Amino acid sequence: MKSTPFKIIAVLLILGLGVYLGKLFFSSPELSSLPLPSTIKYRNVGLSTDTTQLAQANDFRGKIIEVKNGELIQEAVKVANPGDLIRVYPGTYSENVYIDKDDISLQGVVINGEWPTLDGKKEINDAFLYSGNGILIENFKIINYKGNGVMGQAGNNFVIRNNWIIDTGVYGIFPQYGKNGLIEHNVLSVIADAAIYVGMCDNVDVLHNEVFDNVAGIEIENSRHCLVENNYAHNNTGGILAFITPGLPIKTTFDVILRNNFVVNNNHENFGAPGSTVSGIPAGTGILIMAADDVIVENNIITGNNNTGITIVDLATGDPKANDPNSEGNPDRVVILDNIMYDNGNEPTGEIKAIMLTQLDTKGPDIFAYGGGMGSTIRDKNRYRSFGLDDYGPALINDTKDVPTMMTPSPVAPRSVSKEQLGELTYYGVCAGCHAFGTRLIGPPTEILQAIHADNPQGIVDYINNPTNLREDYPEMPPQDYLSDEAKMAVAEYILALTE
Amino acid sequence: MSKKYVILNSSISGLLLVFLFVLLLPEKPSISYEYIPKLSTNCPPGFKRSASNECIAQNLYMQYNSPNNKGVGGLQTGLPEIRDGFSPQEIDLGRYLFFDPILSGDGSMSCASCHSPAKGFSDGRATSIGNNNHKLPRAAPSLWNVAYLKKLFWDGRATSLEEQMQGPLFSEEEMNNSPENLLESLNNIEAYSELFTEAFPEKSENSSIELDEIYTAIAAFQSSLISLNSKYDRYAHGYHKALNQREIEGMNVFRSFVARCAECHTPPLFTNQQFAVIGTPEPDGLPLDPGAEVPFNDKSLRGAFKVPSLRNIEKTAPYMHSGNFKTLRETVQFYTDGRGHAVPEDEDLIIHWHIWEPGLSDYELDRLVDFLKTLTDETFTPRIPETLPSGLKPSV
Repeated sequence: MKSTPFKIIAVLLILGLGVYLGKLFFSSPELSSLPLPSTIKYRNVGLSTDTTQLAQANDFRGKIIEVKNGELIQEAVKVANPGDLIRVYPGTYSENVYIDKDDISLQGVVINGEWPTLDGKKEINDAFLYSGNGILIENFKIINYKGNGVMGQAGNNFVIRNNWIIDTGVYGIFPQYGKNGLIEHNVLSVIADAAIYVGMCDNVDVLHNEVFDNVAGIEIENSRHCLVENNYAHNNTGGILAFITPGLPIKTTFDVILRNNFVVNNNHENFGAPGSTVSGIPAGTGILIMAADDVIVENNIITGNNNTGITIVDLATGDPKANDPNSEGNPDRVVILDNIMYDNGNEPTGEIKAIMLTQLDTKGPDIFAYGGGMGSTIRDKNRYRSFGLDDYGPALINDTKDVPTMMTPSPVAPRSVSKEQLGELTYYGVCAGCHAFGTRLIGPPTEILQAIHADNPQGIVDYINNPTNLREDYPEMPPQDYLSDEAKMAVAEYILALTE
Repeated sequence: MSKKYVILNSSISGLLLVFLFVLLLPEKPSISYEYIPKLSTNCPPGFKRSASNECIAQNLYMQYNSPNNKGVGGLQTGLPEIRDGFSPQEIDLGRYLFFDPILSGDGSMSCASCHSPAKGFSDGRATSIGNNNHKLPRAAPSLWNVAYLKKLFWDGRATSLEEQMQGPLFSEEEMNNSPENLLESLNNIEAYSELFTEAFPEKSENSSIELDEIYTAIAAFQSSLISLNSKYDRYAHGYHKALNQREIEGMNVFRSFVARCAECHTPPLFTNQQFAVIGTPEPDGLPLDPGAEVPFNDKSLRGAFKVPSLRNIEKTAPYMHSGNFKTLRETVQFYTDGRGHAVPEDEDLIIHWHIWEPGLSDYELDRLVDFLKTLTDETFTPRIPETLPSGLKPSV
């Protein structure tokens, strides 16, 4: 018989092992799995040509900056450098975050159902404003702003996804002047204009979003090469729109595919601001195509929209007030492929009601076309109740399965400027205000700079950063330290190489 | 024949000889002197002279792409296409012409009388004063960065500077000149003949000055007025310390979709070059200006004006097409006072969709003004000539 102490030790050992195993298998350990910074390279792993993923060339080379409740996201943006990832933890952040840098990722961290929430309290204009390229914004809840949830101005290669956006004023997600972007898996509601508004952009995919209780669900405006796929647009005034607004500097919409969407019961009362383009959309509009060319409508489920399922109009009919001789107002070469459509037009309004009454019909049609436009086609026309499709011939294509994405095959590259060009642009664009070759302007002639700093571009860079008055007969130069380091060295070398 | 006559005759022939000698002599020594050009051979700042003697614009915005080549977008977006390629001589000749009152019918006004460099190339008046103190209906638009504009005049009725300048030159209410009189007065000034020969070297030496040459030279000078080095621009190029906190707040109000300023005053030029009906009030006593409705014969453009650039806007008070607002603060206030609030009751204008009721606070309006003042840059202001070929005093 073994001694009692051994028993006790054995029991303790078994107990300890049990506790260890129990912890190992049953406790909730501090699992730390960083969601991948997704503007960045990892998504290229296994990327093949039949996915819709955005290809990125950059490695993840940045640092990770964490923002906790009580801190400001903007402070993180201020210290972030291109390539960095900002992770925002649950909490309420009432601020306007602006990102005037390239390649910054902002990633909400949702823990136990608690979201990092940007709350504008109906006092702040916009949650996120960005102008940089390569911006990622994901996993945020955004509520109660006055202007936008996310607004982009001229940023290319953007990704906006997995955001939950409620009542952020005029627009929910609004990239403007951007090329190559992805808007996916967002849920947006109670927006007074368009929940997702792609404005004056090119090459944008809008995928897998839910938009409801808005005036317009998804809007492709004065944009080209866009794919709107697998979205659920319900109970908006209008579900999915592709159109031209006149009077904008970029004047065309074409090459748009609306595919595999649910466009259901878009019968919400119009609460758009007076004067806005969408304030004229009749409630009960499923899909609206106005003046846009080469729009393909394929495999959508379009039901329960009380005015019409699909409306196709020219600008003169749809937006008769605005005028812009440079906007071509006819929807040309619209292609309607197979779609499931029923139960549309139960309570037609306005002009469509009047027009349908002339057809002795009290219901609105599945497809309504009115006004100018040529070359439009439809597959299996007889299956729908339609108006105005008399000149629509049979479609020349059956499907668009060869178009998996409208995004560009690789990120839009920044304009490449050589060192010499940068030096030249800086010299003539900035320095030439005070320095010229062979002439005294405000500062000494360029050849004197060459003589002082011969073979020493760093000397010019140092002087640019911290000028000291070397010559009694000239005024002191203000520091030009705002120039980027590359521009300073480039211009220093350019100045030393100048011969006239 | 008396002695007297002989002396006289010989002295006359002697004088003739001397005279002939003097007349023939200068040909030789002149070869040893270098011809000194009277016009600048250098391009103004902001331009690089090419091998073919053309001034080509150079600036930091040329580092960036421009969506659909329209020159509108965000902070780091390229500019619209510029009108450049003039020679340094054309530009410098244009500078003399621009400031010379000989261009007006009675020699009292120059282009600079209403487009003064000291006043942002405008005139500081609500509406300009023309010939004989004639009160004109609209404000003088600034000429800064005019080389980027595709439409000229408030109502956009001209598409080139050459076309535009004939308006004020030959309008009775403005400079009150005629093409015939303009040509005659310039051709009678020898110094101008020489300068035109220098600026237009393909022209034969004794041919007279042509109208097209005058237009080209003035357009060349106007196209050289570049302002792209403001505090804002430093921020845009990536130096974020260039703007202080208040100015950044103002910039964010400016570009937010609540105020919507940037939707029409779009960077980098701060105009999208479109027409907009915004429904500003006219000063007391002036009827509603129909704007672009008239030249385009289009009712929907009643009250429409070209969106002006905001660069150097701080320098060009008062504001709007007829100068109704004295300060920038009053001007930004207009946009938050309600859609169409100042439209006369009997008018039914199609107000632009971006004019709404943004509900901007006083704090936000103050910040907007802070931001607008960061768009000031006059580092490339050209020099006013000290003397003019006409002998007249430069008129500004």
